[in-house]
Amino acid sequence: MFYREAGEFKTSYQADQATFPIAFDRWGYCAVVAVAFLVVPFLINPYWEQAIFLPFLVFAMAALGLNILTGYCGQVSLGTGGFMAVGAYACYKLMTAFVWMPMPLVVILAGLCAAAVGIVFGLPSLRIKGFYLAVATLAAQFFLIWLFNKVGWFYNYSATGQINAPERDFLGILVTGPNTRPWATYLFCLSFVFVFAWVARNLTRGRIGRSWMAIRDMDIAAEIIGVNPLMAKLSAFAVSSFYIGMAGAMYFAIWKGAAEGTEAFSIEISFVVLFMVILGGLGSIFGSLVGAAFLTLLPVLFKNVLAVQLGWPTDIAAHLEVILIGALIIFFLIKEPHGIAALWRIIKEKLRLWPFPH
Amino acid sequence: MSLPPTAEAAADDQTYAVVEEEHGLSPRRVGPVVMDIRNITLRFGGVVAIKDISFDIREGEIRAIIGPNGAGKSSMLNVINGFYHPQEGEIWFRGEKRGSMKPHEIAKQGIARTFQNIALFKGMTTLDNIMTGRLTKMRRNMFWQAVWSGPAEAEEIEHREKVEKIIDFLEIQHIRKTPVGRLPYGLQKRVELGRALAAEPQLLLLDEPMAGMNVEEKEDMSRFILDVNEEFGTTIALIEHDMGVVMDISDRVVVLDYGRKIGDGTPDEVRTNQDVIDAYLGVAHD
Repeated sequence: MFYREAGEFKTSYQADQATFPIAFDRWGYCAVVAVAFLVVPFLINPYWEQAIFLPFLVFAMAALGLNILTGYCGQVSLGTGGFMAVGAYACYKLMTAFVWMPMPLVVILAGLCAAAVGIVFGLPSLRIKGFYLAVATLAAQFFLIWLFNKVGWFYNYSATGQINAPERDFLGILVTGPNTRPWATYLFCLSFVFVFAWVARNLTRGRIGRSWMAIRDMDIAAEIIGVNPLMAKLSAFAVSSFYIGMAGAMYFAIWKGAAEGTEAFSIEISFVVLFMVILGGLGSIFGSLVGAAFLTLLPVLFKNVLAVQLGWPTDIAAHLEVILIGALIIFFLIKEPHGIAALWRIIKEKLRLWPFPH
Repeated sequence: MSLPPTAEAAADDQTYAVVEEEHGLSPRRVGPVVMDIRNITLRFGGVVAIKDISFDIREGEIRAIIGPNGAGKSSMLNVINGFYHPQEGEIWFRGEKRGSMKPHEIAKQGIARTFQNIALFKGMTTLDNIMTGRLTKMRRNMFWQAVWSGPAEAEEIEHREKVEKIIDFLEIQHIRKTPVGRLPYGLQKRVELGRALAAEPQLLLLDEPMAGMNVEEKEDMSRFILDVNEEFGTTIALIEHDMGVVMDISDRVVVLDYGRKIGDGTPDEVRTNQDVIDAYLGVAHD
């Protein structure tokens, strides 16, 4: 009744291809952004920061990256953890080697390092596809973690083998180290996710995005209409790793403050991010964000309801939480194999007609 | 894609009437040789798919390639657009000998094609599919794409206008935003033609554009092919099994059988060629 495009006439191609062609959507989006930037920073406390907002934002960034590669370009990757580690270690090296460097620049440069590594590990994709490529990207995961543990230069030969983020401020506000304020780290990560989600949207709707999707849907036809498969696949690997590298840098420097290669960037992370992308919706920016929210917030919710509210023993609550999340993933995938984003799209289409069935 | 001015179009119409009467080569439409295929031989291991075939395609003509199943027609198209590399022979395109090129480089030279089994991008809408046809014409780099507002958006709109003309031409306005996977077969074929046209090709290769269509859809498709040829002056090489269509719309026909060329000429010449009749009807062994 309220949600429909009736009465909205598009008079230019620009308006027709806008991201939110329906006014209701546009306002909803603006409202969410306004709340995220203007309201949440005043309400946030350290628990919400560490348990909810930073995990969500970091994984949203990683999911955006993986969705570009897997959802838009169709190249399955299990190397996410490895590329995040590249971002984290690059961030650490940059922070310790160039003390003056502003933090946003550090994060972006760390992403660029990961992009370079991503291109190298993307080379096999020119020859192999599908599951075989997934196995090849596993090599990235294991090799990179091994490298970072083996070569002392990466962790500045520290005795523990850990990397610790030194204190850095940006515009006079601390963003890393133990003495940060929750709103500062939150706003820092939020700004990155906000800007780069928009960049991802722009990249995927134009020339480059179409060449990725063409490769995904039918690589032979794509090549015959003039898509260079080498450029398309390697650029997808580069952009994807850039995002994942930035996620790794934020994970290490801003969220956790310290990291140990094997533990922090294990294969489990690669799988979790892949699940986020599949569950949220392959080939959808919104899906990446929803998938990240689903898999980072749901465990917290269950923990709170079961252990805190209902007062169950923590071990039972923890096990039940895993079972429930697993069941929910299966449920969603059966109900809508294209992810929550597709479910959302269907709901919106139904809403447009509501209260009429057709 | 520039439409001719009205006066010229009217003149074209008159000449065209003469052409239809004669049913032969028309001096108006057919220009110099665009593509010259010389002594092509293509082998897959021990199997010889194409054996020493030569023919040419003239500018502005509709050139049909026919032959029984397994004659090497699709292989021939795959050679032309660089998907297969022949072991022997030369291909001359617009007066230049073609070296070893990748399919995407050949696409940039101005050769577009459609496929026997529809090869659309299933996850994308009709509009996006046809827009992919213009990928070779778009230039903005990744930085401008990421910023979007400004040059990248202007470029997108510029190409969108061209694509909308093709959508109008093919009468598929109503399915502009529909994912192509949901479309019926005939429309998918039409979208695929649109995607090839969007590249503004100098040479358009159609691999069985009417396969699996009913009579009405075939008539529509024939009309579109003729219109493309006339309005845009596009040179077309097509493979088709429906002899009625082939004989009606093509200027010249080349006939293949078992990888060899057995006939080449106007539809009338081919129709009366004894080798062609034998290949299609068989020869009595007695």
